[in-house]
Amino acid sequence: MAHVLLRHRDIPNLNQLDVYQKNGGFEAFQKAVTAMKPNEVTDVVKASGLRGRGGAGFPTGMKWSFIDNKNWPHYVVANADESEPGTFKDREIMESNPFQFLEGLALASYAVGANAAYIYLRGEFWQVAALLDEKIADMEKAGLLGEKLFGSDYSLKIYTHLGAGAYICGEETALLESIEGKRGQPRIRPPFPPAYGLYGKPTIVNNVETFTNVPLILAYGAEWYKSMGTPDSAGVKIFSLSGRVKKPGNYELPFGTTFRELVYNYGGGILDDRPVKAIMPAGASSSLIVVDDKALDTPMDYASVRTLGADLGSASVIVIDDTVSIDWVINKTIHFFKHESCGKCTPCREGNHWMLHLTERIHSGEGSQNDVSLLLNVAKQMQGKCLCALGEFATMAVVTGIERFPQDFQKAVKA
Amino acid sequence: MSLAQKYPNEVNQIMAKYPPEHKRSAVMPLLYLAQREEGYVTKDALKDIAQMLDITETDVASIVGFYSLYHDHKAGKYRMQVCTDLPCALRGADKFLADLCGNLGIQVGETTADGLITIEAVTCLAACDKAPMFQTQGPDGIKYHENMTVDKTLELIEALKSAGKEVK
Repeated sequence: MAHVLLRHRDIPNLNQLDVYQKNGGFEAFQKAVTAMKPNEVTDVVKASGLRGRGGAGFPTGMKWSFIDNKNWPHYVVANADESEPGTFKDREIMESNPFQFLEGLALASYAVGANAAYIYLRGEFWQVAALLDEKIADMEKAGLLGEKLFGSDYSLKIYTHLGAGAYICGEETALLESIEGKRGQPRIRPPFPPAYGLYGKPTIVNNVETFTNVPLILAYGAEWYKSMGTPDSAGVKIFSLSGRVKKPGNYELPFGTTFRELVYNYGGGILDDRPVKAIMPAGASSSLIVVDDKALDTPMDYASVRTLGADLGSASVIVIDDTVSIDWVINKTIHFFKHESCGKCTPCREGNHWMLHLTERIHSGEGSQNDVSLLLNVAKQMQGKCLCALGEFATMAVVTGIERFPQDFQKAVKA
Repeated sequence: MSLAQKYPNEVNQIMAKYPPEHKRSAVMPLLYLAQREEGYVTKDALKDIAQMLDITETDVASIVGFYSLYHDHKAGKYRMQVCTDLPCALRGADKFLADLCGNLGIQVGETTADGLITIEAVTCLAACDKAPMFQTQGPDGIKYHENMTVDKTLELIEALKSAGKEVK
């Protein structure tokens, strides 16, 4: 099947504006601006069933319809902070199919009446930001961005903004704080960004992959999009496959593809042909799935993955084989979350600090069974007590690791 | 010399990105500019940026302290930042880092005797399918180096050495 998002794999030089336009590029944007009302664009996206691809899976069209039309100006912000361990899809989109992403961002901006859009890239994407700046300049030259587009009254500017190395800025309100020139710490919600966003103005924040779906949805229609995937999870998704597989990489597949197909057909199976032990379907924030035949044959859509006691999230599938001990895995994930906790909420800031002490001790072989119980206790005390999801995410692998792989912890601790 | 005197065009471009009443937004791009030459943000630069944006030096310092890519002290000309997070570690990143350090005769966090390279272990860089990998942060910005081996890394270090000589 031809790609919807990773179309550069089918069409050479799609990152050049003339090639993108020859392949239908910016027709949807021109049609929207010249022949559709803004809310009609939102209605098509709503009808397509598109859900946010950053991890939360919130219905995109519904989010757009929440924009507060009594308060102006409006902003649209692309979340290109891609920092979840195991996630590396947005970089490929921006590097290789940048115009489809930019057209999606432009369509969203038109739909909510924003005349300025910001792309918030993680600071490490320095080269990607430079490339997007070139592509934005190409669009301005071609009359696809700027004042009074296509002879209408609609104007749009797009700007890039580089973060500087902070996972928390993937959380949308922390991201907005960061653009405002502050430390990236989440805001208390509500109000949510469609009511109170950038500079206190109504703002729509979506992930890069979410925007990249929009041009083809407008071009081919909501029914076409819904014909792919499952009723609960419409369309296609980029699965970032990493860990102990032979062919790690991005695979664009319809929702509902099974773990087995992803790992064995696309990923080429496990290194040294070992058995799979555990899968983290949503990066380091993920619960650990115990892998058996039933798990491997589970379709990857939002609802089905939940039956395995995990969330699909951003579909960053980390594969762990039987050579790996789970006490090492959670030591790695907690090292990450301890570094990335923004420090605003005490349970997350202190909890991660102490969880790291405990996982270090357990993994070094100096721990006891009491340390394992204490670790589980600390993790559970953090749950439900933080402003944003980071505090929750940090506990997922810890709790499910200890509860679902107790034998690994028994082996790791002193008798 | 202030940033505005040193890089007038770039400062203007940065300020034009944000609404004039929200010029504080420019603090992050200005900090990148400020640490371009020395590799870290000097006390003078803190003061300069604070004045430019009508905020306090403490406000600017809080940004430097919060974000990983801003530095308040001098290190090697290039910071070689190796990702050792879970997906990379599942593909040998820890061993790569240990072997590299062994080869250079330094520990993580230390700088080579010629002042060229500081080795750091960092969190996820979104290149999990191309581990072992690292980024170099230096005067020419940030660059990714993927699917690396110790030999390829040593070649890169040699290239960075001779590039430095040509500049001088």
